[in-house]
Amino acid sequence: MILTKAQYEEIAQCLVSVPPTRQSLRKLKQRFPSQSQATLLSIFSQEYQKHIKRTHAKHHTSEAIESYYQRYLNGVVKNGAAPVLLDLANEVDYAPSLMARLILERFLQEHEETAPSKSVINSMLRDPSQIPDGVLANQVYQCIVNDCCYGPLVDCIKHAIGHEHEVLLRDLLLEKNLSFLDEDQLRAKGYDKTPDFILQVPVVMLCPLAVEGHIIHWIESKASFGDECSHHAYLHDQFWSYWNRFGPGLVIYWYGFIQELDCNRERGILLKACFPTNIVTLCHSIA
Amino acid sequence: SGENLPGAGGRRLRGSGSPSRPSLTLSDPPNLSNLEEFPPVGSVPPGPAGTKPSRRINPTPVSEERSLSKPKTCFTSPPISCVPSSQPSALDTSPWGLGLPPGCRSLQEEREMLRKERSKQLQQSPTPTCPTPELGSPLPSRAGSLTDEPADPARVSSRQRLELVALVYSSCIAENLVPNLFLELFFVFQLLTARRMVTAKDSDPELSPGVLDSLESPLFQSIHDCVFFAVQVLECHFQVLSNLDKGTLKLLAENERLLCFSPALQGRLRAAYEGSVAKVSLAMPPSAQAVSFQPETDNRANFSSDRAFHTFKKQRDVFYEVLREWEDHHEEPGWDFEKGLGSRIRAMMGQLSAACSHSHFVRLFQKQLLQMCQSPGGAGGTVLGEAPDVLSMLGADKLGRLWRLQERLMAPQSSGGPCPPPTFPGCQGFFRDFILSASSFQFNQHLMDSLSLKIRELNGLALPQHEPSDEDGESDVDWQGERRQFAVVLLSLRLLAKFLGFVAFLPYRGPEPPPTGELQDSILALRSQVPPVLDVRTLLQRGLQARRAVLTVPWLVEFLSFADHVVPLLDYYRDIFILLLRLHRSLVLSQESEGKMCFLNKLLLLAVLGWLFQIPTVPEDLFFLEEGPSDAFDVDTVAPEHGLDAAPVVDQQLLYTCCPYIGELRKLLALWVSGSSGRSGGFMRKITPTTTTGLGAQPSQTSQGLQARLAQAFFHNQPPSLRRTVEFVAERIGSNCVKHIKATLVADLVRQAESLLQEQLVTQGEEGGDPAQLLEILCSQLCPHGAQALALGREFCQRKSPGAVRALLPEETPAAVLSSAENIAVGLATEKACAWLSANITALIRREVKAAVSRTLRAQGPEPAARGERRGCSRACEHHAPLPSHLISEIKDVLSLAVGPRDPDEGVSPEHLEQLLGQLGQTLRCRQFLCPPAEQHLAKCSVELASLLVADQIPILGPPAQYRLERGQARRLLHMLLSLWKEDFQGPVPLQLLLSPRNVGLLADTRPREWDLLLFLLRELVEKGLMGRMEIEACLGSLHQAQWPGDFAEELATLSNLFLAEPTLPEPQLRACELVQPNRGTVLAQS
Repeated sequence: MILTKAQYEEIAQCLVSVPPTRQSLRKLKQRFPSQSQATLLSIFSQEYQKHIKRTHAKHHTSEAIESYYQRYLNGVVKNGAAPVLLDLANEVDYAPSLMARLILERFLQEHEETAPSKSVINSMLRDPSQIPDGVLANQVYQCIVNDCCYGPLVDCIKHAIGHEHEVLLRDLLLEKNLSFLDEDQLRAKGYDKTPDFILQVPVVMLCPLAVEGHIIHWIESKASFGDECSHHAYLHDQFWSYWNRFGPGLVIYWYGFIQELDCNRERGILLKACFPTNIVTLCHSIA
Repeated sequence: SGENLPGAGGRRLRGSGSPSRPSLTLSDPPNLSNLEEFPPVGSVPPGPAGTKPSRRINPTPVSEERSLSKPKTCFTSPPISCVPSSQPSALDTSPWGLGLPPGCRSLQEEREMLRKERSKQLQQSPTPTCPTPELGSPLPSRAGSLTDEPADPARVSSRQRLELVALVYSSCIAENLVPNLFLELFFVFQLLTARRMVTAKDSDPELSPGVLDSLESPLFQSIHDCVFFAVQVLECHFQVLSNLDKGTLKLLAENERLLCFSPALQGRLRAAYEGSVAKVSLAMPPSAQAVSFQPETDNRANFSSDRAFHTFKKQRDVFYEVLREWEDHHEEPGWDFEKGLGSRIRAMMGQLSAACSHSHFVRLFQKQLLQMCQSPGGAGGTVLGEAPDVLSMLGADKLGRLWRLQERLMAPQSSGGPCPPPTFPGCQGFFRDFILSASSFQFNQHLMDSLSLKIRELNGLALPQHEPSDEDGESDVDWQGERRQFAVVLLSLRLLAKFLGFVAFLPYRGPEPPPTGELQDSILALRSQVPPVLDVRTLLQRGLQARRAVLTVPWLVEFLSFADHVVPLLDYYRDIFILLLRLHRSLVLSQESEGKMCFLNKLLLLAVLGWLFQIPTVPEDLFFLEEGPSDAFDVDTVAPEHGLDAAPVVDQQLLYTCCPYIGELRKLLALWVSGSSGRSGGFMRKITPTTTTGLGAQPSQTSQGLQARLAQAFFHNQPPSLRRTVEFVAERIGSNCVKHIKATLVADLVRQAESLLQEQLVTQGEEGGDPAQLLEILCSQLCPHGAQALALGREFCQRKSPGAVRALLPEETPAAVLSSAENIAVGLATEKACAWLSANITALIRREVKAAVSRTLRAQGPEPAARGERRGCSRACEHHAPLPSHLISEIKDVLSLAVGPRDPDEGVSPEHLEQLLGQLGQTLRCRQFLCPPAEQHLAKCSVELASLLVADQIPILGPPAQYRLERGQARRLLHMLLSLWKEDFQGPVPLQLLLSPRNVGLLADTRPREWDLLLFLLRELVEKGLMGRMEIEACLGSLHQAQWPGDFAEELATLSNLFLAEPTLPEPQLRACELVQPNRGTVLAQS
């Protein structure tokens, strides 16, 4: 789903201060029925993450933490079964999973002798059964399953999506008989930067606007929507680095991207929302 | 191109390269002393900016006043004092005997106007326009339309004298008594295309020819004289002309003045044009290609530490970021390299602490330099390799046109006059500015080291030599390849040498004038003890001796062009200049003989040397004061029979690429065309680019001794392609052999090392002892096996080389030749491989074993890779199962609904749940898209789901009455889950979570509490062998420790007892009430 910048901004506009819940997603889908769900979710998730990055600091002042913790304690004293933590997160416009982490950390500080390590916290978030306090465990669990942008489950889903698309891409490459080196093989050879796939024999992708077509040496799969912010970060950390080492290549944003970002074609970074169909290999055949 | 070399800037042609065609007006004879119309070559326009020393094309003053004792003014610059400061002298006492024509005072006004008009034009259009401002400019002194005066052979005034002058002048050119052949040609072309405007109705003020043909009368009084002289000279140099590029030939052949004055010459030129294949393209390469990452030189093993490796990784990226930014911005007005990039470059250079990192960076820098700037018209090798395929697909026509268009738009229109100062055009500017901005001593030193090494390497390359015996049909094909290879080598050398010269002389160059007197002496004393950065004198001497001047001199010239003023005064470099002068004098174009230098080779050398002699830092008197060429010059060159010089390695493409200023000739002619006949055709004619390919790897000569000499002899009488093939095969097979040994023998040893290490770890316990010690033990055991490498290597080369040679040589190669070639290839390959192996095998084994040891030890660490044997999906699987991510997300939705909060109308249908579990089964059976973390989460989520089912916490959609799942449905779903856990999950399923306080606690909230599903589940778990009875007991036991409401604890205890007591109970409808107190339970059930 390739969107123009204007289309994208229309969607992003609807996402301002929307909590990352099931219900919000449902509304969004109703609002933009023509867009694919996966694209909408990806955009939502990215917009929300940007929002959180901007506001993260204010939730982490010791005053804020203290005030949240007190509100949590007061809440559960009144009714431990009520969604105290989740409501708190939504009220102060913070991600439920992150709020859960904040409160859990604070709780452990109070109840354990030593400050909890990150790995302990992560492990408890993954499996709230390990949280010594039953009420808090339920509250944390509720936050995690109700958060569609953060938390271990969401992380796993994102990771799985990424992996699935890499597998998909690998299959397509095999199907087209294009031999490649994958990330693991590249790492084993000691490459310092590793795209998902390097084609052992480059191909040319034809497009109507470029008579000569575009040469592709490597392909990177991105199971997300390519918005300005993430694309620029990827350009800086990955795509240009690949170009610097392997020459021009292709990025597939499976959930679409902002059309205007595809402006480095001539330079050698090509964006697509699916696997290209018009590929020419060295043996003169059109795949 | 941002040129700001001190001292050189002033030498550019006026108007930075627009070839000025003299324009004359009525009754104004072509005044050769007029600096406006025949500007000094390389001079700046006279103006307030002040003047710099300059040279001009100043034809020989045939005058008694000029004695031979002052030969330096011949053909070359007038004394500096002659150059007017701001106004051309009105009282010009020209040595040409041209009395100033009458009416010159009024001309003064006109000139002033012209100057203004021209400067306006120059400001308006930076590209050369056809300077015909006179046509439109209002001339106050006269009215009426002006036309070009046609040159008429019948009206030449002093034919005989002009013929003589032309003869003398031509001889000087032919004998190389002028410093710069092309500068003289440029002047002659200027004369040929000189222009003089007359009013249409005006009668010719000149006297009829012959009347004034006396020695006193001035020469060159008219256009007719000028053209006559020019054509006379050109006739003498037809050979040079005929070797110019096709475009220039066409313009010459079509020149009507030439036709008019010498139909014979025109005819010869036309024939030459028609026969010429010398199309020249000077298009600049397309945008940058990055240097590719090569694991052999770039991976971690090539760095001293992880830190150095990662620092360099970042530096590579910063370097290209800077490069891209430069590409984007350097043409924008107001953009400044130093301001835009300087600090970033220095910050990056600052991180290069380790010396090894410097050399890595310099390697990258140099490779990128070669890749981007090596030659116009050719990009990196890979691109060229691929282009033809695309081309054939799309139709060459379409693409070809596109390229031509691109070239027309991108090719530099002017190279800065016929004798431009050294510049860094195009991408070279980036590298120059990078060096300047980096201003890093270490970087410069490493760069000089690296450039010197590469220059030595390329200069010493065994380029194929011309062999007269190889003259049959195939030689053409062979020569094309060889010429291309030579061009690549030469252009690379020139580029490298230019940068070496730039960096090497950088500390000594400054804007200040050259020192004189005592100061000069002390500087000389100081500088003369500084060893040269590269022993160019020896390289030149060797090059001359080996008859490889055509390779060595052009790059040496590039190197010397950056020398500072002191350099030519140093003995070391003076020797070089003397050698070059002698060489120059010896390159007489008309002398062609077997085994001597080819014509175009000479032309190239004359062009580059001529250019060098015009560089401001080269003292003017050098050319004339030096003793004449010693006859010994030829004797010096005790040359092999056929040096590179005798081979036709230079073509017009290479000539023009090396000396783009020769193209100025063509521009003069083109300007004439566009100005004279109203033909609006641009002067950029259709030009087909020629391509060059990357430089193939060249083997070094390794073999020695008798066998080697025999092999040399064998090759001597074979076509050069045979030798190339054999050397190539040997080089590749040798290299492959090493790779093969690495992949087989060394890999085996590494595997042995790993198993030995495992044993060690088992016997010594988890820690295994000191890694360094372990490594030593392993190496001492394994390294001796490295000795096998040589035998294996020999075997490999023996096996592989003959086939390769056979495949590459022509089918018709005689059997004996073939087998000799094969044997030599085997020998050379073996030699190469074994030399490397015997020197490096032990170190290689050590390195690989060391890596394996650290890998194994790391794998022993906190995260044991407990990966059981995993099954893939069945063969028939078409991978249509739902994606794991989709399922996790679906199950998460169910979980969130169950946990709440939820809207009153939210819920799931039992069918949906069933479908979900069915899909989960499919996904687990198709392993295609499943990764371990996803499976782990699915397992965990399925357990959570089971707990929610057991606790009846899942909100069910349906008719309002039915908010709870039917018992039977719940059991069916649990059965499905049990089967998934049993059959389909391949990773561990955290079933103990079913009995975690939190999940069991879910039951506490339900009213009435239904324990039967839990009991059912526990029994099934045991039955299916998913959990052991003991395990469940332990879990139940620990549940008791948690804090529960009183009644719940009681019920739990009962469940526990029930489970333990009656393992094979049938499945009753077990209710909380039945577990504890029947009567109380009934009450509860009814509530």
